[in-house]
Parts: sequence; structure tokens; C-alpha cells
Amino acid sequence: MDITINLTDGVSIYRQIVNQVKYLVASGLLQPGEELPPIRTLALQLKVTPNTIVKAYHELEIAGVVHKRRGAGTFVSEGRPQLALRERRRLIEQRIDALLAEAHQLNFTTSDILRMVRERRAAMDETSAEPTAVKRERER
Amino acid sequence: MSQSVVDVHDLSRSFGDKTALDGVSFRATAGQVHGLVGSNGAGKTTLLKHLLGLLRATIGSVRVFGLDPVRDPVGVLGRVGYLSEERELPEWMRIDELMRYTQAFHPTWDASYARELLETFALDPSRKIKELSKGMRAQAGLIAAVAHRPELLILDEPSSGLDAVVRRDILDAIVRAVADDGRTVIFSSHLLDEVERMSDHVTLMHQGRVTLSGVLDDVRGAYRRSRVRFVEHFDRPPALDTALVMEGSGRTWSVVHNGSIERFRHSVLARGGEIVESRDATLEEIFLARAGRSRPQVEAA
Repeated sequence: MDITINLTDGVSIYRQIVNQVKYLVASGLLQPGEELPPIRTLALQLKVTPNTIVKAYHELEIAGVVHKRRGAGTFVSEGRPQLALRERRRLIEQRIDALLAEAHQLNFTTSDILRMVRERRAAMDETSAEPTAVKRERER
Repeated sequence: MSQSVVDVHDLSRSFGDKTALDGVSFRATAGQVHGLVGSNGAGKTTLLKHLLGLLRATIGSVRVFGLDPVRDPVGVLGRVGYLSEERELPEWMRIDELMRYTQAFHPTWDASYARELLETFALDPSRKIKELSKGMRAQAGLIAAVAHRPELLILDEPSSGLDAVVRRDILDAIVRAVADDGRTVIFSSHLLDEVERMSDHVTLMHQGRVTLSGVLDDVRGAYRRSRVRFVEHFDRPPALDTALVMEGSGRTWSVVHNGSIERFRHSVLARGGEIVESRDATLEEIFLARAGRSRPQVEAA
């Protein structure tokens, strides 16, 4: 499981683990039914006290993101977790910031970008609305 | 309520006219990792030596598993694994002799665990201790400390002067002791990132006193670092309620503060400022605020 601990931004380690697992599940990188690493394994991987992992898994369980199976391990629950609006905003804003920075580098204005976003969206809608036969026709 | 494995109450100790410990109280709860932080000479090693009965409590009391480690060394030391800061090991022995020697004191010695660690560390059992590098000495000392699967593992500056590979071995041993056996660990370190990663509880010592102690997440949650902007220009940090450390100049200052955020906010407003940004402080920021040599020179109130 791809989790990175950052000790410079003041967020506690267990909170970082909770947030990143939620993100992995919400983005589909962790699938429902998939097993999370055992506590010992993740503690060894991240070099953190095992009790921190226990605390993080427990909080994920309360939030309904994962569930424990007796005698087995911890598994991702069915149904994507509902990330809080603030969290969803934060994730998407990171991407927007990166996009704007790159746009600036490549000499696009913000209104160029907004127009291009709408165009891309329209193109996507059109493609998915097209019957498969037409798409195949175009691909030839 | 968790069971306490170590109970130190109001312990003081002087060497000549130098005070090493000044009214120290410390408690370690079962199954948890306790990080002990402080600069050199803060008293960490002196405290740990009291837990092992290497120093007798003259003022105050020390209990390990409810026993006095000086009066009942067998009852305490048989259940404790210890890696000393200087890694004192019998120089004339070979590694396999050290293993047999240590085993003789500990009926609970797990020979297959010891062998596994020797292999992991790629240590040659026939090597003499005195010929070992610093890293290898730490590894050999670590095996001697953990292979009897002690109920309490005490590591004094386990990573000091070691490269990243051996440091990782040490941290792995702590994780295993806790995850596999539910053991209690006390380790001292001046590496704050290590303490923050590995500790459930953290105790900060400064000049022989405990200046801060508690569950790491609670300690972290009690301190914040805020960026503050004022209308007025200040040559010296303006006095603010609950502020511990201030850095900056002119109109913008970074402040580490603890306790009530409302009180802090009020105080900032009263000086004609606003909080621009605020987050939990890192352990390093808290450490510097609590053990900093120089208190900030605040303007006269």
C-alpha cells in the first residue's frame, strides 16, 4: 500500500494514514474487498509504532471505510467512502493548482484554460454518446 | 486504564555539585512505546540507569514491574532488555560467546530468534567483539537485548552514530517487540523524526527536569504554529498571550503557542493583528519551544 509519511506539515501520523487510505479507496486504487496490510507489516514499512496503525485502522473502521474479519485481517468495505466536502475540495484544488502552474508556464491565460476545460468536457460527452459503431468507423 | 510497567516518582540525583535529575516523575504503560527526548546532559541516561538499578534512588522512588530494581535485581533485570548508549559489551568475547553468556541469564532466551537476527544482520558469530565496527556492535548489543523477548525493552540512544541501514534494524526490532509480543519499549533519542514515528508517549527532558510528557498525539494537538500579520511594524516580537516562541520581523511573525486558541486569537486582535494561517505544531517546533535555550526577547509588557 503506497503511503508516505511527512513530518514537516504538522499533521499527525495516524491522521496521515487515515487520509491516505481514504484517498486510495475513493480513487479506486484500493478496491472493495481488498485486504489492507497487517498492522505489523505496515508498521515495519512506514517505521512507525504499531499502535499508530491500530489507531488509524480503528478510525477507518468507525468511518465505515474498512471492516475487520474475525481471525482474518482488515478489508476495504463495499461502497466508496463519502469524503467530506472539505476533503474533496482539497484533493481537486491540488490538481487545479498544478494545472494553473503549468498553464502559466506554457503561456495560457486562465480564461483559455476555462474554455479548454469546457471543450474537453464536451468532446468527452460526445464520444461517450456516440454509438460504438460510429466510434469504430471514426477510428479507421 | 493501562497497567504501568515503570513508575518513577519525584526522583532527584546529583553528581558532586551538578544536578542530573531534579524531581523527575515518569510512567511507562504496558504495550506502548515511550520516547525520551532531550539534548545531551538533559538527564535521559541517568534516568534510564535508575530503571536498571545501576544507580540507586537516593531521593524519590523507582519501581519497575512494581519492584525496586536495586533491591530486587533478579526480579527486574531478568525481564528487561537493555542496550546502553556506550554499547558496553565484553570485548574479549566472540559474538557466539556473547549469545551463550547472555542466554545463561535469561531462561526465556529464544535461540531461533537470535539466529534469525544474526542472519538478517549478516553477523559472523565467530568474530570478536573488539573487532566489530560501530554498527555491528550495535547490532550484536541489540540481539543480546531482545532475544530473550523481554517484557520491557530499554534502548539508550539506539541510533546514535549509526548509518541508515543499522538504524532501520533497530527500529524494526522495536516494531517487532511491540507488534509480536505486546512489549513495552522505552527509548531515548535526539532524532525527533524517529521519536515522532516510533513513540506512543513522549517525554521531554531539559536540564534534569521533565518539561513535557504525555500521549504523543495529545501533546501534538496542544500546540499550534500560527502565522500572524499586524498592521503595525514591530522591531521586537509583540507580547502575545499563550505564545512560547516567535520568529519573524516587521509585520509578519510565526508563533508557536499552546493552550486556548481563543485566548491567542484575542491577544492577536488586541494588538491589531490577524491570524493568517494556523496548523498543529511539529514535534520539533514543540521541542524547541519547550527546551529552547533562549526565551524570545519580548518587548516590555
